[in-house]
Amino acid sequence: MPLIRPFGFNEFWIIVLAAQWTIALSAIAFAGGGIGGLLIALLRVSDTKWPRLIATGFIRVFQGTPLLMQLFLVFFGMNIFGFAINPWLAATVALTLHASAFLGEIWRGCIEAVPSGQREAATALGLRYYNRMRYIILPQASKIAVAPTVGFLVQLIKGTSLAAIIGFTELTRQGQIINNATFSPFLVFSTVAAIYFVLCWPLSVLARRMELRFSRATAR
Amino acid sequence: MYHFNFEPVFAGFDQLLIGAWLTIQLSVAAMMIGLIVSIICAAGKTSGIAPLRWLIDVYIEVIRNTPFLVQIFFIFFGLPSLGLRLTPNSAALVALVVNFGAYGTEIIRAGIESIQKGQVEAGTALGLSKLQIFRYIIMKPALRTVYPSLTSQFIYLMLTSSVVSAISADDLAAAGNNLQSQTFASFEVYIVITIMYLVMSIGFSTIFSVIEKAAFKYPLSR
Repeated sequence: MPLIRPFGFNEFWIIVLAAQWTIALSAIAFAGGGIGGLLIALLRVSDTKWPRLIATGFIRVFQGTPLLMQLFLVFFGMNIFGFAINPWLAATVALTLHASAFLGEIWRGCIEAVPSGQREAATALGLRYYNRMRYIILPQASKIAVAPTVGFLVQLIKGTSLAAIIGFTELTRQGQIINNATFSPFLVFSTVAAIYFVLCWPLSVLARRMELRFSRATAR
Repeated sequence: MYHFNFEPVFAGFDQLLIGAWLTIQLSVAAMMIGLIVSIICAAGKTSGIAPLRWLIDVYIEVIRNTPFLVQIFFIFFGLPSLGLRLTPNSAALVALVVNFGAYGTEIIRAGIESIQKGQVEAGTALGLSKLQIFRYIIMKPALRTVYPSLTSQFIYLMLTSSVVSAISADDLAAAGNNLQSQTFASFEVYIVITIMYLVMSIGFSTIFSVIEKAAFKYPLSR
């Protein structure tokens, strides 16, 4: 086999198939981040001081540091705490924590956007914290949350590309590998970019449409 | 039990400081140039010329829907095949400008669209030239309106700039990569660097809010 092979359909197809790992990583981080994010958002609007402070600190740290550093810290940190170095696990954990912080902050905003009269009315009806959240606040907040959440999903999908740097073979890493074999960076990275675009653009358009529809529906 | 050893990290702290300084320079330069790109693109987008508008739309959508890492690989590895060869640091700057420009355009366009038509008409009635209207009547209040989004976009840019270490530019993250390969104290190095990034983002947001209070003291009237 020649040292440098041409960029043909096979190479193209290998890159396309690697997108499944990008999708899988995004899906797991989004699901995990959804659970974590809800927890953070609820802590953030809690009536007691300490949970609120902890959630604020968590959000500050994750929003104030680069995702790449978060990935490195989890990657090398896992080794220290006795786990084998595993890029797949490290990427999943780091992106889940990252998504928890960002979704937590987005959803906090949505919870606070529900008019305070709703909360007061619920309290007046004798509903305690759990029922108030479950039946009054969260159903209304979730409607506000849909558009920015989809918007964040785009950010998360793009963020998974950084897993390539710690050696997890997803879309970007596969592109690097194919580039090393074919040495046609222009074609390879155009292909990689095009696949990300196909994944992200429909979501961006969807988020924008929903936002527009929501602002029209709530316009006075 | 693992023993943390921060000594080698602090022995090489001057390397990290040099890296941090380049990160700051890179981010500030990228924002300055990116802001100019954004203002031009936003003016183009709100102008009536359709092909120009489409072109800018394509630019914004492509940049906003692809990862920064892929953009920088494309610029650093892909462009030399078109005859455009850049050093890691200048490729990093170009990539950050192109990236910031796309987000900045949308932010500034939103600001421009928040200006009421009557303001522009009043400017025309006062006999101001088109450029004067754009500068004093549209841009000045528009920039004020979008100042918070612009500053948070800057912080985001600074954090994103850590990715340029992937093409071995000389920023803070790359200084960290070098230090950890010399000392093998990976976790300690990245802890310190992460804290440095945190300090920089908190520092910049403090500076920005001080500037906001000083520069936008005049009352906001509609």
